[in-house]
Amino acid sequence: MSNITPDQALEKATAAAKAAGIAAQDAAAAAQAAQSYVDQLATAAGAAAHSISGGVIDPFVFRLSIFVLAIFVGYYVVWSVTPALHTPLMSVTNAISSVIVVGALLAVSVPMIENGTTFAKVFGFLALVMASVNIFGGFLVTNRMLAMYKKKER
Amino acid sequence: MNASLTATLYLVSGVLFVLSLRGLSSPATSRQGNLFGMIGMAIAVVVTLLAAKPSFGSAVLILAGLGIGGGIGAFIAKKIAMTAMPQLVAAFHSLVGLAAVFVAAGALYAPQAFGIGDVGHVHAQALIEMSIGVAIGAITFTGSIIAFAKLNGNMSGKPILLPMRHAVNIGLATALVLLVIALVFTESHFVFWLIVIVSLVLGGLIIVPIGGADMPVVISMLNSYSGWAAAGIGFTLGNTALIITGALVGSSGAILSYIMCKGMNRSFISVILGGFGGETTAAGPAGSKEGRSVKSGSAEDAAFIMKNASKVIIVPGYGMAVAQAQHALREMADTLKKEGVEIKYAIHPVAGRMPGHMNVLLAEANVPYDEVFELDDINNDFGQADVAYVIGANDVTNPAAKTDPQSPIYGMPILDVEKAKTVLFIKRSMASGYAGVDNELFFRDNTMMLFGDAKKVTEEIVKALA
Repeated sequence: MSNITPDQALEKATAAAKAAGIAAQDAAAAAQAAQSYVDQLATAAGAAAHSISGGVIDPFVFRLSIFVLAIFVGYYVVWSVTPALHTPLMSVTNAISSVIVVGALLAVSVPMIENGTTFAKVFGFLALVMASVNIFGGFLVTNRMLAMYKKKER
Repeated sequence: MNASLTATLYLVSGVLFVLSLRGLSSPATSRQGNLFGMIGMAIAVVVTLLAAKPSFGSAVLILAGLGIGGGIGAFIAKKIAMTAMPQLVAAFHSLVGLAAVFVAAGALYAPQAFGIGDVGHVHAQALIEMSIGVAIGAITFTGSIIAFAKLNGNMSGKPILLPMRHAVNIGLATALVLLVIALVFTESHFVFWLIVIVSLVLGGLIIVPIGGADMPVVISMLNSYSGWAAAGIGFTLGNTALIITGALVGSSGAILSYIMCKGMNRSFISVILGGFGGETTAAGPAGSKEGRSVKSGSAEDAAFIMKNASKVIIVPGYGMAVAQAQHALREMADTLKKEGVEIKYAIHPVAGRMPGHMNVLLAEANVPYDEVFELDDINNDFGQADVAYVIGANDVTNPAAKTDPQSPIYGMPILDVEKAKTVLFIKRSMASGYAGVDNELFFRDNTMMLFGDAKKVTEEIVKALA
């Protein structure tokens, strides 16, 4: 993606600053170099964002764009589904909506040290089991149904 | 793993999901589509694991969760009877809904793992997205449980009308909005669980008043809800795959609901408000039935008529699914084909308890899909047909939908079976259909009633044909 969010820009700038610190003998010179790098990056990021929206964009807007466009894609794709396959359509949409499993995996993977993580782990695990039932059940039952649709022999 | 790479791979899996739905445009490409879906899911899971870098203990938990869930899912997928697909889909919807609730709870208790802030300082925007996901998820959960119970026969298919239900629902919905606002300002876990509870109650109350034959709409609507819930969580996690999938599933369910409503000529709102088809007693005085005579025939008569026909159109309905008559039906069709009779199947959009229900059952019985036609494609053929064999359908053939503006089903598109030379009606009794309306077709001269269980009658016809 061409757009660099302020956070990413900052990350890169920090990395650059660190690299500069090691490379340069003189601390002041290093700081100066890093500073100019940060300025450059910030200008670049700003320009990139500017060229799209005329300002800094909240990542939410990008997600919303994806969401809205995906609704349109879904609209046209689903209308093209043949009515004979509406039942498999329901079971397969069921299976793919279980991609919510990514959230469950993140919750289960929480390190145990932090506060409240035991709860998060338990909830994540429950969500994981349910989503897995759906993923395997949904795709397999769809497959089973689709295998039954045959053309006329002859 | 690099964050940009991760995000790109999620996008790839989202695109694969689009392709998996695209494949369903034809039975020929559908299995490939399903494979795309599986690949997309595998990519999403692997990418998440690489990015989250779970500890050894977490990895064991993940494997256990995938193993338990996957095992149960695979077992169910293998064992389930095709006639039970509507309840299975309802059950699966409930799981998506509940999973959404639990993922949101996980995110609330460990926000740092999801990059949405720290405990006590979760971003307001994430809280809003999360509460939308959790509310829709919980509504989907209990709604689907009720739909499951109705479809599975654990609960009467009759609409249950609670007093003041609209006021109660509006009250609960208002409470829900206020609770979401409270959550954003306080981030109180207690408020979060209140949202869950209110949504659970609301989900049940929404579905309870809706009758059994409106289930095609309900099940599509819940399909849509499960998508919006997933999208809500997708926004919280900033996950492209989840957002795309949520949008796809959401619009898919919405379109299916629309198609089902159109098939019944009813507005979505009137279905959701419920109460349709409950008062079967209100359907005309019983005397009107007794006054008119019905021609009833035996399996032998039916076999004779069909043997001498050149074109037979079979109209299956929910009764065929209940009686599990699809295999006997296919046997009958095969025997007739050997006699040189042309066989076609006509499917009404709302036949059965879910979209496409009849097509799956016929496919299961090895009926080739190019012999099965949708309403618009076959309706003109009835005029040239010798026999319309109506098995387990009633309201979808009722000419009152065209002629009687007083009828509750007036305006509903119907299959013109009346235009066939002979109409064979397989019915258990003279009882009216779901809509509670008499079907005047029963009393016509060219109609012959075959009373009995759909499967038994069809088997008897097969015997008589031999």
